[in-house]
Amino acid sequence: MENTLNKLLSPILLVVGLAQVVIALVMDIAGSKSEIRGAMLVLGIVLFFIGLYLVPTQKHHRKIVYVIFLFPLLFTFAVTVIIPLVLGICYSFTDWTGIKFSNVVGLSNYTTMFKDPAFIWSILITFIFVALNMILINLIGFLLALLCTSGLKGGGFFRASYFLPNLIGGIVLGYIWQFVFNNVAIKMTNNISWLVQSKTALMAIVVVYIWQYGGYIMLIYITGLTQIPGDVLEAARIDGANPVQTLFKVKIPMIASTFTICTFLTLTNAFKQFDVNMALTNGAGSVPDFMGNYLSNGTQMLALNIYNTAISKNNYALGQAKAVFFFIILAIVSLIQVRVSNKKEVEL
Amino acid sequence: MGEGRQVGKGTKVRALVCTIIGTVIAVYILFPFFLVLLNAFKNQASIVANPIGFAGSSVAQLRTNLSAVVNNPNFSFWFAFGTSTVITVISLILLAVLGAMAAWVISRNNKKKWSIAIYMIFIASMIIPFQVVMLPLISTFRDVGKFVGINLLQSIPGIVFAYCGFGGAMTVFILAGFIKGVPYDLEEAAAIDGCSPEGTFFRVILPLLKPVITTVTILNGMWIWNDYLLPSLMLGQNGKVKTLPVAVQAFVGSYVKQWDLILTAALLAILPMIIIFLIAQKQIMDGMIEGAVKG
Repeated sequence: MENTLNKLLSPILLVVGLAQVVIALVMDIAGSKSEIRGAMLVLGIVLFFIGLYLVPTQKHHRKIVYVIFLFPLLFTFAVTVIIPLVLGICYSFTDWTGIKFSNVVGLSNYTTMFKDPAFIWSILITFIFVALNMILINLIGFLLALLCTSGLKGGGFFRASYFLPNLIGGIVLGYIWQFVFNNVAIKMTNNISWLVQSKTALMAIVVVYIWQYGGYIMLIYITGLTQIPGDVLEAARIDGANPVQTLFKVKIPMIASTFTICTFLTLTNAFKQFDVNMALTNGAGSVPDFMGNYLSNGTQMLALNIYNTAISKNNYALGQAKAVFFFIILAIVSLIQVRVSNKKEVEL
Repeated sequence: MGEGRQVGKGTKVRALVCTIIGTVIAVYILFPFFLVLLNAFKNQASIVANPIGFAGSSVAQLRTNLSAVVNNPNFSFWFAFGTSTVITVISLILLAVLGAMAAWVISRNNKKKWSIAIYMIFIASMIIPFQVVMLPLISTFRDVGKFVGINLLQSIPGIVFAYCGFGGAMTVFILAGFIKGVPYDLEEAAAIDGCSPEGTFFRVILPLLKPVITTVTILNGMWIWNDYLLPSLMLGQNGKVKTLPVAVQAFVGSYVKQWDLILTAALLAILPMIIIFLIAQKQIMDGMIEGAVKG
């Protein structure tokens, strides 16, 4: 009974669905401005898949289910990631305006960007920022983890409050800290605000970033530390190791893989830093003399530089070329990470 | 005996010292939150005169600030809050269900070439920074939307679609890792009992995935709720539809240095997340750890 119904329903749905899709596409190509063509396309696709699901076949049913299960995510992934990535790499070799391009310009976007001292400055401070962050966040996160596992009272409360800043988005955080630096800190120290000068403003971004991420990295170190077997620490204690020796000779070597995870996590996150940078300083800050030029983007890091080049200065092709360069840096970092992690696993 | 007592005393002193250090650090870390809360009770003049003390703070002023912020056309808190909630919740449900479906197919065919290829592409795509796809993404969405007659920019369905695309890789990666550990016998038993493959997935596999779906939902939820760049590009700074971070940015942009209003807006923006954290503290922290260790 059910089978005969499916036999009837399935081809009808397949045909109706397909017909709707075709009609909608024909209307699109013909330049129709009809409101229903979008709804028709979506409905057609849905009907087609229901028809496909109802195809009365024992042999291929499993394959059909696999296709239906995979399709939605793969489709969204292809449209939002793969296609824009391919287009983006292509656009970086053209004079793309964000809407269309008329000429292929070869590598000229790339040569332009490396001739721009403001961009070189952005690369430079991004690398400094990333290095500082990687060291400081890991150091502070690790120390906080040691503190939280040292048997202090109310460990759960401390853990939660150290982690709290990580919940808040960078835009809101940035404005809160702008207030702290510009209104509170100057009252408490009787000094000019950190955000006024490029050098101190960069330090301010580092401070805010540590404040945001330190607690998160701490959580990962705590997990690593609590996974060290108790009898190993007991053995070290019986052998007469003092706490410092236990830390350097037992604990740190045993959580080497946690260090790798945290190092690369902080590394890639710091590279992509955008929100705090935008809300805290928006890249402003003067640099009197860099490679013989005056710069006004003293605190503008790579991600923000790309955004401003494309959106504010409306130079999409150049922004896209910078983004491709940014992608290459991150790809290299990730490849190194895979290498290092694999090596570590072999050693263990 | 004596030595034992001494060790006990030493540990106690150490615990006390650690607790004191911990408290000092906690005060430093929570201080900005305290400042936001405190100054939401003041007007602009008292904030500028004295941002740290309690002077000038009153509940009446908080009410004034709140109504000024909530009814502000640039911020429109309830509308932005509703938009953020709708976008986050729908994206999370779709990512969990579609992600689990895809992850199940991929890990149950893990010997097949196409499955390995899809999995590899997903993993490789996780290194792609948003910056390299954002500009062509907007133009593709604009062009495709115009062509098929569906508005993909400035619309909630469009942004949910984008979040499914961007969150898909990480979601599938974590879920597939878990599904590999689910014994295949379970599915075979269900199949022998006459259960269809899709029935097996929804009735047997999906309920087993609950803990790992919690993890990916927390990771994706923190990201989507706080994300600024994608909604600001897709919805536009001055568009009709705004998420909470975009609304904060638009609001601050139009009220430079009006700290009474900005801090009240910040308070409203961070409050939902803090409430959720107080309710599901353990799950959130465990989920974040798991995401880092596996990702």
